[in-house]
Amino acid sequence: MADGHARLPGHGGSDLRAMLLRAVLYGLLGLFAFYYLLPLVVMISTSLKSLDEIRTGSLVSLPEAVTFDAWAKAWNSACVGVSCNGLKPYFMNSLLMVVPAVLISTLLGAINGYALTKWRFAGANMIFTLMLFGCFIPFQVILLPMARVLGLLGLAGSIYGLILVHVVYGLAFTTLFFRNFFVSVPDELVRAATIDGAGFFRIFFSIMLPMAVPIIVVTVIWQFTQIYNDFLFGVSFTVSGGVPVTVALNNLVATSTGVKEYNLDMAAAILTGMPTLLVYVVAGKYFIRGLSAGAVKG
Amino acid sequence: MPAIFKWLDRQIPKIAIAPSFAAALLFVYGFIAWTGYISLTTSRMFPRYDFEGLHQYERLFTNPRWMVALENLAVFGGLFILFCLLVGIVLAILLDQHIRAEGAIRTIILYPMALSFIVTGTAWKWILNPGLGIERVVQSWGFENFAFDWLVNPETAIYTVVIAGVWQSSGFVMALFLAGIRGFDQEIVKAAYMDGASLTRIYLSIILPSLRAVFLSAIVVLAHLAIKSFDLVIALTGGGPGYATDLPATFMYTMAFQRSELGNAAASAVIMLMTVMAIIVPYLYSELRKKGHG
Repeated sequence: MADGHARLPGHGGSDLRAMLLRAVLYGLLGLFAFYYLLPLVVMISTSLKSLDEIRTGSLVSLPEAVTFDAWAKAWNSACVGVSCNGLKPYFMNSLLMVVPAVLISTLLGAINGYALTKWRFAGANMIFTLMLFGCFIPFQVILLPMARVLGLLGLAGSIYGLILVHVVYGLAFTTLFFRNFFVSVPDELVRAATIDGAGFFRIFFSIMLPMAVPIIVVTVIWQFTQIYNDFLFGVSFTVSGGVPVTVALNNLVATSTGVKEYNLDMAAAILTGMPTLLVYVVAGKYFIRGLSAGAVKG
Repeated sequence: MPAIFKWLDRQIPKIAIAPSFAAALLFVYGFIAWTGYISLTTSRMFPRYDFEGLHQYERLFTNPRWMVALENLAVFGGLFILFCLLVGIVLAILLDQHIRAEGAIRTIILYPMALSFIVTGTAWKWILNPGLGIERVVQSWGFENFAFDWLVNPETAIYTVVIAGVWQSSGFVMALFLAGIRGFDQEIVKAAYMDGASLTRIYLSIILPSLRAVFLSAIVVLAHLAIKSFDLVIALTGGGPGYATDLPATFMYTMAFQRSELGNAAASAVIMLMTVMAIIVPYLYSELRKKGHG
């Protein structure tokens, strides 16, 4: 992109002036980069310090003696509320919740997007508009009935309950993503396959899904980030168990027995953030694509 | 018999989408209706299916805590949108100057959106803490009288939520505007340049005014984010000191899950929904109409 962009020549100013301007430009960008990186740097550096060093050192000083004790404790034995088994079990909960919820919501979204665009039936647009609405609602408006329903189904405080919630409220987004993708796929493909005798699902699995790999990646990454990072549903529906790691982290930080162990808080935060941070570093391009597709619409 | 099979065959797309559509009808529309109804009842700990008219709304708007939450939403939302736009646009313009390592800087600016604020809020709490964070650092540099205690002062705590919120979401505005600037016709820029317009003039009076649509989407998305903000407050201030940094989202949560005030919680949720709708519906309507004509 940057290459196609015309470079503006200097306005008769001297080279010195141009160089000064560049220096100011890079200085400003450096300051901004510092602002964005500060919390991450503080988190990592504090998590690697001993408590003594935190007491004597300052926020921005780097650790003199690096120790991973806080990380080990955060993982194995830190206290979340009254149980002191670290974040490990809650990571398992998050994992068991995220994987099925992402897979189910992505698959259903793909089927919906395909059915809505390639098999246009009466009312398809109406159905899409009605489903799209789910992207915009503040979830507070469904918290109370959802808590009731999960209770009635016996799913309160269970991972299955959270999977259900995330699938149901992720569908609006996944349907939107796939609908916008499939709408640009030529209808002739489907027509030709129909003439050859292929049915709805046959066309879906052998023609449409292989074509849709880029949007599948975007959707999976988007859903993974959203569901893993969720706090509102986790904190509202898991009072009795199945607590995801974001909620556990919040409880860990709020647990105040004796001396406040800041290195422990930071290590727990880093560990909790690690999965989405890794996904972002590895596949940031797809995350940003989902961001512009998902956030502009909701 | 074959006629029936043919008919069935044609119904498959509808059957395939039916479960999702039914889920949307029940879990979105049905649940909103249920919440709406509960907001008109005397429900407290358990839902009670009576009818009390708008009494819960009266209680809501005479509750000082709710009024604080609304006032905070106005202050937070206004400053959040303003500074996100400001920072995002400045960054987009800076990044448009053929920067080396543009990709790396963009990655740095956008990573906060990939992390839960429950994670990054832990760091912000520490940075903003008077005894541990910036205040102590600056004091240790010799400025003994330096004070930065916004986080623990009820009058100013809401501004710390703005600082952290802008940190989290301004990268998104940058991305929107950078795409808009890059999409602008370079011939016009060159022509203006030949006429002697300065770079500042070109951005301020030619490019930015043409990005009205980008401004609109950015403001709508940011307003939507502001109304839904929940993690931000919980992780940073927990709504405190006292309830000085409560927002409607945290108010609703407290009423629903800590105070057992179902009717009142439902009423606050309905007000939140109506606020979001007041912003989103006209926007979507105009977007859809544009597409219809284009």
